[in-house]
Amino acid sequence: MKEVILIKDGELALKGLNRCVFEDKMISSIKNRLKPLGEIKITKSQSTVYIEPQSEDFDFNCALEKMTRIFGIAAFSRAAVCEKNMEDILLKAPEYLKNTMLGIKTFKVEAKRSDKRFPLKSPDICREVGAALLKAYPHLSVDVHNPDEIITVEVRDFAAYIRAGQIKGAGGLPVGTSGRAEVLISGGIDSPVAAWMMAKRGLILNAVHFASPPYTGPRAEQKVKDLLKKVAAYSGTIKLAVVPFTEIQEEIGKHCPEDYFTLVMRRMMMRIATEIARADGCLGLITGESLGQVASQTLPAIAATDGVADMPVLRPLIGMDKEEIVTISKKIDAFDISILPYEDCCTVFTPKHPHTRPKPGQCEQAEKGLDIDPLIDRAIKGTEYFYISET
Amino acid sequence: MKNIVYLDNSSTTKPCETAVKRINEALTLCWGNPSSLHLLGFEAEAKVKEVRQALAGALACRADEIYFNSCGTEGNNTALLGAAHAMRRRGNRIVTTAVEHPSVLETVKRLESEGFEAVYIKPDKFGRISEDAIANAIDEKTILVSIMLVNNESGAVMPVTAARRAIKEKASPALLHCDAVQAFGKIPVNVSELGADMLTLSAHKIHGPKGIGAIYIKKGIHINPLLTGGGQENGLRSGTESVPLIMGLGGALAEMPDPKTQLKAQKELLSYTCERLLGTGLVRINSGPDALPYILNISVPGYRSETLLHFLENQNIFVSSGSACSKGRGSYVLREMGLSREIIDSALRISFSRFNTKDDADALATALVSAAAHLRRVK
Repeated sequence: MKEVILIKDGELALKGLNRCVFEDKMISSIKNRLKPLGEIKITKSQSTVYIEPQSEDFDFNCALEKMTRIFGIAAFSRAAVCEKNMEDILLKAPEYLKNTMLGIKTFKVEAKRSDKRFPLKSPDICREVGAALLKAYPHLSVDVHNPDEIITVEVRDFAAYIRAGQIKGAGGLPVGTSGRAEVLISGGIDSPVAAWMMAKRGLILNAVHFASPPYTGPRAEQKVKDLLKKVAAYSGTIKLAVVPFTEIQEEIGKHCPEDYFTLVMRRMMMRIATEIARADGCLGLITGESLGQVASQTLPAIAATDGVADMPVLRPLIGMDKEEIVTISKKIDAFDISILPYEDCCTVFTPKHPHTRPKPGQCEQAEKGLDIDPLIDRAIKGTEYFYISET
Repeated sequence: MKNIVYLDNSSTTKPCETAVKRINEALTLCWGNPSSLHLLGFEAEAKVKEVRQALAGALACRADEIYFNSCGTEGNNTALLGAAHAMRRRGNRIVTTAVEHPSVLETVKRLESEGFEAVYIKPDKFGRISEDAIANAIDEKTILVSIMLVNNESGAVMPVTAARRAIKEKASPALLHCDAVQAFGKIPVNVSELGADMLTLSAHKIHGPKGIGAIYIKKGIHINPLLTGGGQENGLRSGTESVPLIMGLGGALAEMPDPKTQLKAQKELLSYTCERLLGTGLVRINSGPDALPYILNISVPGYRSETLLHFLENQNIFVSSGSACSKGRGSYVLREMGLSREIIDSALRISFSRFNTKDDADALATALVSAAAHLRRVK
């Protein structure tokens, strides 16, 4: 049976004067995501967006699954396409809705017709379709107040559509409606979750990862790419910059006081990240910092690293518990990858007694022995870029 | 993959030319199912027979005492579970060492959860197990003794024959199993000299393919199979025989030199290697003086194993780190040997094959010196 995907007006997770722009971005997201599955036609008509597969072998279930990962859609439905006559509607309805009807006890039919020339009025459509369903599934009964499921029949200009219920979408704002930001990604649990949360608010993601071979191995970098793949399933393609960080870490080790290693390292990371971000048109940075989780995540420590970033640093996890973060990590299928034990650069040069509450000026003092600008230059020159997509 | 210095032969070895050739033949010319009654099956069966014969020759046992399976782990599982269950009525005690391969240790643990009692003999600082300790552990209630011939991490050679003696002296009903995966092909392995009732080995440690191993079970000993089905391998290991891999094992056996002669050459290479490594002033040798000359466990105190491993691989030198990364476990074998945290965290395992040369030792020593010059010391 021919099917389409519908997104209703109230199901777009956004309102306001920018709606057209948002809608267009959402539609282009849908186009991009579903393109690998085959030709589709997307039309907007009377506050509904229709997505119609054009080829026979279009994997509809796969498309539905991808739709649940497109930001900007609060909910959508799958619907059967019928010819604009009661005969076809009554023929198709019981068969199409079989799985749904077998799983419920009560239902109600709602009908809409945009074509007023259609022979039956809406209440009549409801009655006839309801009767057909009761006949086909005798265990059912009609409940107009609190049904298990609402069946909707819509008669439009060129076809009629039958659907039951909605599928929950990913919510958020369409990717691209908020601009572009760069996430600092380690291989841990937090940064992929932070990336996902900001993509959800409409940001296109770039990513930057700091690698320190031979202290870190090729598996650590692969782990980061695998994590970004999981995020890209929601956010679209991510441009990843892998920065060679070994020289900087060794220089910090040589010229800075031990208890400032982590703080100075994070400040250097921020400086490099900001430069790369700016060059790529990003308007902000994203990190997975949460307050109080590790020594470098106290307020004074965050202030010390914030000081060297001259663009907004978004920290979506700042108020979240580990448990809440892990829940999201599992939801986006990143958790099992995050907990793989490959050394990431953050742990290699860990001081025994890290400074947790630097006073203003102390970090600058600790950095005095570093020749910062050339170090940053060399790191950026040696940076490698990759494009990470869902598949 | 040209010109690499491969010093990780205890993990796996490069398949030799003859092995690769024979695998190809099996895939293209001899692909029948040995159990088929027609000519294609008959020819495949004949090839399998050949390899079985060759392997029996290498172990000095009968061909009908050899059973092919997928790997050393399967062999160890088969031997331990099969023997323990078969002997259940005669006792409850299993004696093994604390430094066995995980496929032995985990299986013994599993048997413990079924109600068996297990004793894990601890090694000395070189990873060796003493004959006295073995003798003391075995009694009339012992039904299974499992001792590896060579330890994969330390290279320590275990006194398996002492176990056979003790079993006899204590009038123990115990069956003796020997994991010879690291030993076979490197030292002479003669099942009757060892006194083993069961012995496991694996092809990919002797320049054969991965996915094929064998277990020797002395005639007269009956254990339950792990896999039941079509009854291949005399009922002990059902499943269509992997003719290509068996022929690959055959190829490896064909190219395998006499262990005794090769051992002499390897002793020299090891001696040279130790000299070069100790000469750097950076290395501590963890393996004992009488360990298998093919396995050399060292530490480079002040540098993390994984960091060294990656540094070396950037110079095309491949070794194994005994320990995992800083996120967790160090080598349990080194821990049992009582070595310090510093030594364990900086341990590397160098393992040779007959294809390594003095040049490889030179490259390793030079690279370690370079590593110390470039890498940051761990405090």
